[in-house]
Amino acid sequence: MRLPCPICGERDVREFTYKGHAVALDRPAPNAGDAAWEDYVHLRENPAGETRELWYHGGGCGAWIVVRRNTVTHEVLGAELASEVAE
Amino acid sequence: MAKLIAKSPGAGLLPVRVGSLSLTEEAHDAITCVAPFQGQEKPVSAALKDAIGAALPGVGRVTGKAGARVAWLGLGQVLVLGPPVAPPGAAVTDQSDGWACLTLEGPGSRAVLARLTPLDLRENLFKRGHAARSLLGHMTCLFLRTGVERYEMLVFRSMAATAVHELTHAMQSVAAQRSGA
Amino acid sequence: MRLSQGGLIDRAKPLRFSFDGKGYQGFAGDTLASALLANDVRLVGRSFKYHRPRGILTADSNEPNALMTIRRAVDEPNVRATTQELYEGLEARSQNAWPALGFDLLGMNDLLAPFLGAGFYYKTFMWPKSFWERVYEPFIRRAAGLGALSKAPDRGRYDKAFAHCDLLVIGGGPAGLMAALVAGRAGADVILADEDTRLGGRLLAEREEIDGGPALDWVEEATAELRALPNVRLMTRTTVTGAYDGGTYGALERVSQHLASPAGHAPIETFWRIVARRAILAAGAHERPIAFPNNDRPGVMLASAVRAYVNRWGVAPGKRVAVFGQGADAERTARDLRAAGVELAEVITDRVTGTNGRLGLEEILVPDGDGARGINCDCLAVAGGWNPAVHLTCHMGARPVWRDDLAAFVPAEGAVPGLTPAGACAGAFSTAACLSGGARVAGAILEDLGLSAPKPDLPEAEDGGYTITPIWHVEGKGRAWLDFQNDVTVKDVKQSATEGFRSVEHMKRYTTQGMATDQGKNSNVAALAVLADATGRTIPETGTTTFRPPYTPINIAALGAGALDKGFAPERHLTSHAASVARGAPMIEAGLWYRPSYFPAPGEQTWREACDREVTMVRQAVGVADVSTLGKIDIQGPDAGKFLDFVYTNTFSTLKEGRVRYGLMLREDGHVMDDGTTARLGAQQYLMTTTTAAAGQVMAHLDWVRQALMPGADVQIASVTEHWAQFAVAGPKAGAVLASVLDDWAPGDWPFMSCGAVSVSGVAGRLFRISFSGEQGYEIAVPARFGESLFRLLVAQAEALGGGPYGMEALNVLRIEKGFITHAEIHGRVTAFDIGMGRMVSAKKDCVGKTMSERPGLSGPEREQMVGLKPAGSVKQLTGGAHLFEAGARATAANSQGYVTSVGFSPTLGCFLGQGFLRNGRARHGETVRMVDHVRGVEAMCEVCDPVFYDPEGGRMRG
Ligand SMILES: [Zn+2]
Repeated sequence: MRLPCPICGERDVREFTYKGHAVALDRPAPNAGDAAWEDYVHLRENPAGETRELWYHGGGCGAWIVVRRNTVTHEVLGAELASEVAE
Repeated sequence: MAKLIAKSPGAGLLPVRVGSLSLTEEAHDAITCVAPFQGQEKPVSAALKDAIGAALPGVGRVTGKAGARVAWLGLGQVLVLGPPVAPPGAAVTDQSDGWACLTLEGPGSRAVLARLTPLDLRENLFKRGHAARSLLGHMTCLFLRTGVERYEMLVFRSMAATAVHELTHAMQSVAAQRSGA
Repeated sequence: MRLSQGGLIDRAKPLRFSFDGKGYQGFAGDTLASALLANDVRLVGRSFKYHRPRGILTADSNEPNALMTIRRAVDEPNVRATTQELYEGLEARSQNAWPALGFDLLGMNDLLAPFLGAGFYYKTFMWPKSFWERVYEPFIRRAAGLGALSKAPDRGRYDKAFAHCDLLVIGGGPAGLMAALVAGRAGADVILADEDTRLGGRLLAEREEIDGGPALDWVEEATAELRALPNVRLMTRTTVTGAYDGGTYGALERVSQHLASPAGHAPIETFWRIVARRAILAAGAHERPIAFPNNDRPGVMLASAVRAYVNRWGVAPGKRVAVFGQGADAERTARDLRAAGVELAEVITDRVTGTNGRLGLEEILVPDGDGARGINCDCLAVAGGWNPAVHLTCHMGARPVWRDDLAAFVPAEGAVPGLTPAGACAGAFSTAACLSGGARVAGAILEDLGLSAPKPDLPEAEDGGYTITPIWHVEGKGRAWLDFQNDVTVKDVKQSATEGFRSVEHMKRYTTQGMATDQGKNSNVAALAVLADATGRTIPETGTTTFRPPYTPINIAALGAGALDKGFAPERHLTSHAASVARGAPMIEAGLWYRPSYFPAPGEQTWREACDREVTMVRQAVGVADVSTLGKIDIQGPDAGKFLDFVYTNTFSTLKEGRVRYGLMLREDGHVMDDGTTARLGAQQYLMTTTTAAAGQVMAHLDWVRQALMPGADVQIASVTEHWAQFAVAGPKAGAVLASVLDDWAPGDWPFMSCGAVSVSGVAGRLFRISFSGEQGYEIAVPARFGESLFRLLVAQAEALGGGPYGMEALNVLRIEKGFITHAEIHGRVTAFDIGMGRMVSAKKDCVGKTMSERPGLSGPEREQMVGLKPAGSVKQLTGGAHLFEAGARATAANSQGYVTSVGFSPTLGCFLGQGFLRNGRARHGETVRMVDHVRGVEAMCEVCDPVFYDPEGGRMRG
């Protein structure tokens, strides 16, 4: 499996570690309420098809990236820097 | 008062020669990590240019010349391999003793590295003056191409023995296969 | 029998070899199989289940019968004689025969065949359960099975390696060669991999012409041209074994198995990961056998293999050869045999209904009126049609599609992204079609890659059509074999259908069809045809056959190459490593680091003696320990304080310069992630310390927070762990030791939790007044180049004051005495409340994990809270991992009230001390609980205490 790091270019998956769905970027406000926090920390979709997930290029440039990927075909559709998505 | 004795990361490990391949230790005046703060890239680059004659490199590149180079290290960070620097507007950390700097040289160098890194080191893609961050075995490593058959690798100092062991192993393998072919 | 001329062998280079102890001779260029046939050795193995005599069936890696054990440094079983190149002194042994190949006692299994048919194992070895281990399994293991492992560790060298290219061409036959030529000439980076020893594919085995000359001449020219192109890499003896995501392919290169004396450090095999932007599958096609009665007698061989032995190796596989099959393949075989001067018995296009012969073919039977007539022959060439080698196109889940005109499966469109089949594996069987197909596919790919390719001049070649009326199976008396290695017959497949296993997947598992080392390459399609027939369906209705990686078997050692010892996990060495080892300290793993366990003194017999001494030494004099393994992260910038306030539960923006503060970090789910001290070195510079265990995790976390949660914050993070060698100097005499190595230094200027720059014998260093032992303690840091020297100096100074170095064991006891925690306590399921640090979660600000830490259930009396434990009964020992119960309760899981996380013997207090978690523990100090360690069989009564056993006021630490 290969992932396209926006900084380094396409790299072998062994340089990356996985975090989970990109929903982790949408941190609720401290007072957003139990449901929002429960959602944020614990609940994840398990889509058959396109998904957005977070990977850390720890074996490379150190960037956190958001990868668009199809869970059915395994096709990798693109990647962006998490810092740019978050801004 | 006693005097502290300095020891390099490769002391007792290097050099290693296998056939026409060699692995040696590179000495730098200092290794300084420079990470410009927000919007400070230009002044930091100018300050570096003033101080050592090498500007901030782009992603995956090295500027300057032997003895005073600036190598891209990672997201927003470069390593200055040369005299100590302290450009204003950047987070500066002395990492002179944090890295084991290894130089692999000789025919078949690329084949040696192909046994240890998933990095695409093809001639036309990873050229002289290029830098890349990847893995050497399981070790994070900064690769610099500094010649036709010459690569410099910076790995964590504590892993120097493992890096030399793994590289030596690969050098032996490649040398044996080249002589057999 | 060796023919007097012909073949790609070097008759000037004879090679001696042995099979089952008997000496033979072959030539350079032979395979073990061709050399055996040249010596008229036809019986080469026994079948898996019935121990039937078997001979060589193929001339390639599909071989199901001729599996042998080759003598090497470690004997290698299950080597296919058809792919093993001959070398001087090669020693081969047959397998699966006892006591000898010609007289196999287990051949009586064959007489039991009526009872050993499909589903035999399932039906017979069902009950009683106890019989499995004692009776059935040993029987099955002895009776069935392939070659035996030597059971010796394989010290041989295996490599793994990576390669990258624009175009990977899989297979070096006419299609692959042509594709590589077109792409290579256009300047693309090409890798051409072929499992054979030389390029050419089927052209090596056929008598064909290309451009009016021998096809081999064209192969030679093409090979020479490719070799001369710097952008083309030829990898022979390399089997592409799997297709994976993202254009990654696995490939096994056999480096040394063909050499009598391999080059010193050369690996046995190299397992390649090839990353290719595009790939062309030019894997060719495999001829298939026909199932007719007793078709497994040695001498029955694929027609393509017969031609290969005759044409490539100059070997007649028999003295009198008959041919069974239709059309061009039968004609071609007859023609080549005649041309080579081998006696042709007859070409049978209709049916062969049986065979006779003892340990080898002597006669075949063909219909004659109402009866049968015998034809004398010792070799039968069977041409059952061709199956495209679709295997790699199935590796990502796609199934091949049936083509009626070919009576075969071809690859599905787009089966593997980036991989395009060409030539015979795409169903184009003629040489001309292979050449044009290879060129066409390569041209299209080049265009996709943005490279311009001139239209190639296609060489002229044989362009015969391919027509087939498949004969899957011939009825008659006697068993007709489908899967030779697993002994699956037509009858077995039919029985499977009769018993309700009509799905192809069920049939496979019921009969073991296709589950041998050839993975059904020779038999799956025919078995599917028989099943279709038995169930009254067409082949496409019945199902498809599919294949998973690897294409051919791979030694586990090759897959695991590079993952031994240091290759499995790098070793991180402290600058004091050599000095510690020189003092006899056993080094223990702490993550990837190696740290000294203890420093044995003369006369000490056990580690406990050393540990007790070292603890006492620190408490009474001074000790020195290398603590460089702790993560050290430099954090700088205008927003550094704000950043730390967000990652730590407590506040760091208010910390004064030159001061150190203990900090606690949570995960977003409210549980503790890590702890450590952070020093403020300047107005905008902090130095964070992490635990050894979590250094990598914390670094990734800080990167996460900075990039994803605080993208606007102006802060930079850099690990400086490796730059600094840092040593703890602890004990009442620590100040004296420091005064002896620091320039212009007085302990009075350094209050508890202060930090700053110091001059260490002229070297710029850092000093932190912190303590993990509870004594007056400092951590002194110098650039790592001076680490070893400073360690030796500190130890020498300490020893002069009655102190010395201490290791991990003593460090652990010292911190347990003080109630300090490690990752044994903050193991991922505990909260700040649990460890008594609930109040460290600041109410004044947000931080990672704060909101979730406030959830009900993460604090309160029902939580297991950290406590100290001390033996209170007759048993004086505590053990880590033991569970805690109320004094009178039974020691069951349901009654567990908590558990022990750390223990150590305290020489200071003269007893074992423990840390653990106990339900509502902080309210239960003074209570007696029962500790039960079910694993070690230890049970002790303990008193629940405050975790701080020693100097609870902290006077010694601050003093
Ligand atoms: Zn990257």
